[in-house]
Parts: sequence; C-alpha cells; structure tokens
Amino acid sequence: MLEVEDLHAYYGKSHILQGVNMHIDAGEVVSLLGRNGVGRSTTVKAIMGEVAPHGVIRFKGQDIAGLPSYRIARLGLGYVPENRDIFPGLTVRQNLLLGIKDVRKPGRWKLDDMLEMFPNLKARADTAAGVLSGGEKQMLTTCRTLMGDPELIMIDEPTEGLAPLIVQQVGELISRIAAAGVAILLVEQKLSIALKISHRVYIMGHGRIVFEGTPAELKANEAVRKEWLEV
Amino acid sequence: MLELIVISTLNGVLFGMLLFLLSSGLTIIFSMLGVLNFAHASFYMLGAFFGFQLTRWIGFWPALIIAPLLVGAIGMAVERYGLRNTHKHGHVAELLLTFGLAYIIEEIVQLIWGKGPMDYRVPAILDFPAFTIFSTNYPAYKMFMLLISVAIFIGLLVVLKRTRVGLIVQAALTHPHMVGHLGHNVGQVFMLVFGVGTALAAIAGVIAGPALVTQSDMAMLLGPILFVVVVVGGLGSLSGAFIASLLIGLVQTFAVSMNGSLASLFGPLDPSIGPSLLTDVWNVTIAQIAPIIPYLLLVLILIVRPMGLMGTRET
Repeated sequence: MLEVEDLHAYYGKSHILQGVNMHIDAGEVVSLLGRNGVGRSTTVKAIMGEVAPHGVIRFKGQDIAGLPSYRIARLGLGYVPENRDIFPGLTVRQNLLLGIKDVRKPGRWKLDDMLEMFPNLKARADTAAGVLSGGEKQMLTTCRTLMGDPELIMIDEPTEGLAPLIVQQVGELISRIAAAGVAILLVEQKLSIALKISHRVYIMGHGRIVFEGTPAELKANEAVRKEWLEV
Repeated sequence: MLELIVISTLNGVLFGMLLFLLSSGLTIIFSMLGVLNFAHASFYMLGAFFGFQLTRWIGFWPALIIAPLLVGAIGMAVERYGLRNTHKHGHVAELLLTFGLAYIIEEIVQLIWGKGPMDYRVPAILDFPAFTIFSTNYPAYKMFMLLISVAIFIGLLVVLKRTRVGLIVQAALTHPHMVGHLGHNVGQVFMLVFGVGTALAAIAGVIAGPALVTQSDMAMLLGPILFVVVVVGGLGSLSGAFIASLLIGLVQTFAVSMNGSLASLFGPLDPSIGPSLLTDVWNVTIAQIAPIIPYLLLVLILIVRPMGLMGTRET
C-alpha cells in the first residue's frame, strides 16, 4: 500500500534521511523504532510532504513524493503528528468535525462512536480542546484523523510523556484501529506496545533502516536491540 | 455639552465600525500570513473609487455589491500570484511586496482619476436627516453606514463561529500544517480569506466614499491608523481589533470636538512670564493634538503591553 524507496531528506545542510526503504501492506500494523534523532519523525514528515522528500514514495500505486499534504491526505493517508496538534481554541467536537474531509462522503468512523469510545472526550465535547490532558489530546488527534477515514494512518510517538495507564488506553485504541482494517505505521520508542500489536517492525539508525523483521525476530536478536534501541 | 457627547459618540462608533471593517480583514490576514498587509488601505481606496465609478454607470446599490466583488477578486489574485510565490523568501519579501503594491495602486488611481477629490455623493434615497437631537440633524446616510458595518460584523462572527469554513479558518490561523494534513486545501482557504478581507475593506470604501473624501491620498491617510488599531488590539485578534477600532474611533472623534487646554483647565498663565514654550504648551487644545493621540496610544501599548489588548503573542 505504501512503498518508500531510497528516501533522502535534509534539514538545511544536515542529511537526515540517507536512503530509507520500507513498505506497508494493506491492513498491516508496522512499527518504526529507533533512538531519538535517528530520523523516524522525519521519515513520516517527508512522506506527508512537510519535509521536502527526495526519493520515491508510492501510496496505492501513485507517486506522492512532494505533493501538497492535503492531496496526500485526500488519497487516504492519515497522519497524527507527535506534537499533538489539536486546535486549542475549538471545542473537542469541532476538532473532530474538522477531521472529516468531505461532509458528503461519510467514513466508517462516526462522531458519536468516537465520543462513546472515550467517556473523557464525551464529557468535554463542548469545551475548548486546549484544556485537555496530554492523554486526552492524543486520543483526540488520533480520533480526528480517523474521522477522515484513512486507509493507512501514521501515528508519531503516541505514548510519549503519558502515564502507564494512559499508554495502555492508547494501545487499545491502536488495536481497535487495526481491527477495523486500517493499516498503521506506528513511530515509537517504547518497545512493549509496539511489539505487542505490530506485525512487522523496522528499526532506524543514522538515517536508514538497520533492521526489518517480526516482533519475535527482534525479541530473539539481542545484538540488534543492544546496538540500536537500548540506551 | 450633552449634545456634543451624543453626537460625538454616534460619530465615534461609526468611525470605529468603519475602522473595524478594515482592521478585521487586516488582522485575520496577519494571523495567516504572519505579515502586515501594507496595501490593505489601498484596497479600501480601490473600493471607494470603484464605488464612485460604478455609481455613475449603474447606480449606488449595484455598486455596493459589485465594487467589493471586484476588489476581492483583485485581492485573491494578489495572494495567489504575488504573496504565495514570495512566501518562501520570507516575511521581508512579502512585506516589501505589499508596500510596493500600495504605491502601485495609488499611482494607478491617480492616473485614472487624477489627484482631486471625486464628486461621490450620498444616494438621493438616503439624503435626508434621520433624526434631530437638540439642534443637530443626524444624516440618514450615517445611520445606513452604521447599519451596514454592524450587519457585516455580525455576519463575520456567524461565519467564523458557526460554519465549517469558519472552523477551518480558525484552525488554520494557528495550525496551518495540521489543517493540511487533515485534507483541507489551506492555500485555497488563505486565498479566500485574503479575498474576503480585501472585499470588506472595499465595502468600507464604497460606503465611506460619499461621507468622507474620495481622493487618491485616502489610503495613505487611513493606513497608519489601521496599523495602530491592529497593534493596539493585538495582532491576529478579531475581538481585539473590534475593541481597538471602537476605542480609537471614539477617542479620535471626541478629541477633535474638544477645545479644552491646560489654559482652560487651570486658567491663563501670568502674563508677566511672557511668551515662551510653556505658554505654547499651555494653550494647545485637545483638538489640536487629536491626530497624535492614536500614535501615542500605539507607543504606550508597545511599551506596556506589546502583545496588544487582546493579543496572545509578542509583536
């Protein structure tokens, strides 16, 4: 569904992505792991066109490298950025409604279902989203992107800075997205949640993919974990 | 005295609402582009001249609709083909572009219409006194201007707060990238906002033209006051622009109608002092310093509260 070939990206003069190759099939849950600063977030940003990409990016067979992000989104590629960009002045409900790309084409996720899923969001549906806690903001941004009915959703660091109980809730949400048949690219640092729900994992180091395999293979490969993941 | 207060309040609110028609567009455009549009008052002037010309050809009422549409279209073209291409070169380039545009518009207006004031008259149907307070006849046209401004203010609020496009605009003010990631064409939204903002300025021009003077220097006269309104209200804040517009409208109107000076407050200085700088200062009336007051306010606000009355960011 998504194919990335020899992707390079730069921040000014620094060469951040140095030839990333990866692919995600329809309905697949894939994690992109690695330490801070190895280029995981940049990879997703380059796919969405927020950072200028150099290389081949195909989504559903179409070359999307360098397209404006709204057109990429309209093809069915959802993106939840790591800074949880909620619209703070708008209410929770308005935030969710803005996730809908075209009001004439209802998707599989409905506003009421979203609010049912998360009692916290339902209770605050009509308050400004700016006052939500970190965990609630994460739920809200993810749900907002789902309202656009993506076929593949890329979620950047959903559990960063969240309490263990909330991390578990985020994990449940991601499992639910996967159960609905949506492919997921999860950018994570925490191994536990990624290994539990992923079909495959990629590990990044120094701007390229250094390992690809199943969670079981990663668990068995202590050398890779030591070199590229553990601090 | 009471008469002066009532009339000045009416005039002040009216001037304030006119300022708001202009500053609302300017402040929203600022929020989106991050740049003050120096040419904003020029679109107001274009509105007045288009309104004048169209009134001659097809009458005032069609002109009130068509002139803002034309100016809005020009505004959208400026955003699409000018500012969007300059954006990648940074804010200074954008600022200079709008700066140049202001001069281009002024020169073109002078080429076509000359430098003198236009004979842009109040439409006959509105040319009567609306009511008489004390001994002053208050013109119906001014009430009409007030009505239009208030109607547009309410319309703007409803569109921004209640419609989907309004929500997208609000979201794009702070998080344009995220709005794009959700599948909304932010570029198109920006162009639309620029068009609406300049069209609002043009409406102000069409309705203010007959009441004030329609002349090729009207943009340069009003432009600086607009920046004062936007900075005092808080760059990017619509409610701030509203409050600051009314504030400056009222302050300006009251100041010019007041003849008070230090001399009238404390009595004349002892003549034995003789003429000096002090006697000059002593005898200056509020009306005489009226033009400075907005800029004084600007300087004070920048020192005391740089983000403006309702703003959230530093200027």
